[in-house]
Amino acid sequence: MKAHVYVTLKTTVLDPQGKTIQGALKKMNYKGVEDVRQGKYFLLTLEPNLEKDKVKAEVERIAREVLTNPVIEEFAYKLED
Amino acid sequence: MKFGVLVFPGSNCDHDAYHVIAAAAKQPVTFLWHASHDLENCDAIIVPGGFAYGDYLRTGAIAKFAPIMQEVSRFAAGGGLVLGICNGFQILCEAGLLPGALMRNAGLKYICKPVKLRVESTDTPFTSACTEGEVLEIPIGHMEGNYFCDADTLAELNRENLRGDGWGARAQIAYGPCGRASGNPCAEPERRVCALRAGDGICQQGRFGHGSQ
Repeated sequence: MKAHVYVTLKTTVLDPQGKTIQGALKKMNYKGVEDVRQGKYFLLTLEPNLEKDKVKAEVERIAREVLTNPVIEEFAYKLED
Repeated sequence: MKFGVLVFPGSNCDHDAYHVIAAAAKQPVTFLWHASHDLENCDAIIVPGGFAYGDYLRTGAIAKFAPIMQEVSRFAAGGGLVLGICNGFQILCEAGLLPGALMRNAGLKYICKPVKLRVESTDTPFTSACTEGEVLEIPIGHMEGNYFCDADTLAELNRENLRGDGWGARAQIAYGPCGRASGNPCAEPERRVCALRAGDGICQQGRFGHGSQ
């Protein structure tokens, strides 16, 4: 099983990297991009034969306690068999 | 007064801090290894600058789990003096000993230059020799010095500063930036906080200036 974890800055937090990328896209004449937010992506490959509920709980714990700083970031994840 | 300077793999201002305490302040000082559980009866702890554990995930993200940090948290909770400089400030925020977080500089560039800081409160052990409003020139050198906290925390910090009741305050701003030319790394002017101290029996300070340099 794999867990795809996405960590992004909270919407209330300014993202200067995203803003810079948006500015660059505009300068390069790409159309229609209203906003860019940059984040991090983690792919966790889990040991086989683990119960899905336990995996969920552990992935959430890892994301909450290690992969994000709750002051500025939030996470989303999906599991894949 | 005995000082302890923490050493993480990747700390690189630990020797600066040690030198300043030993040669300039002429006080006893020892290095404290990250894997240790012993603060060796130090009266004050310095969390120095650098790149603890490489800072690959986030600045200070792994360092907060270091065995020595458990002892520093206990020490701070008992009213011990803790000073975090640069990466040390980031680590204290990650560990929850100070409110807020340090993000990448708003201009996305590493900033290394002297900046002017105004002393906002003098009722802290770290600023008691200063006068309120005094301007200090202190060098900074960092990529992640963009202080962020939510609006409620910021309001609380400012309130504590206005109230100025010192030790009873939960957290307050010790230094603020001075003037537009100070090259502050923060994106939002109202969040230009350079140094904080936390109270409630706890006394620790994070600051960005590399006073040791």
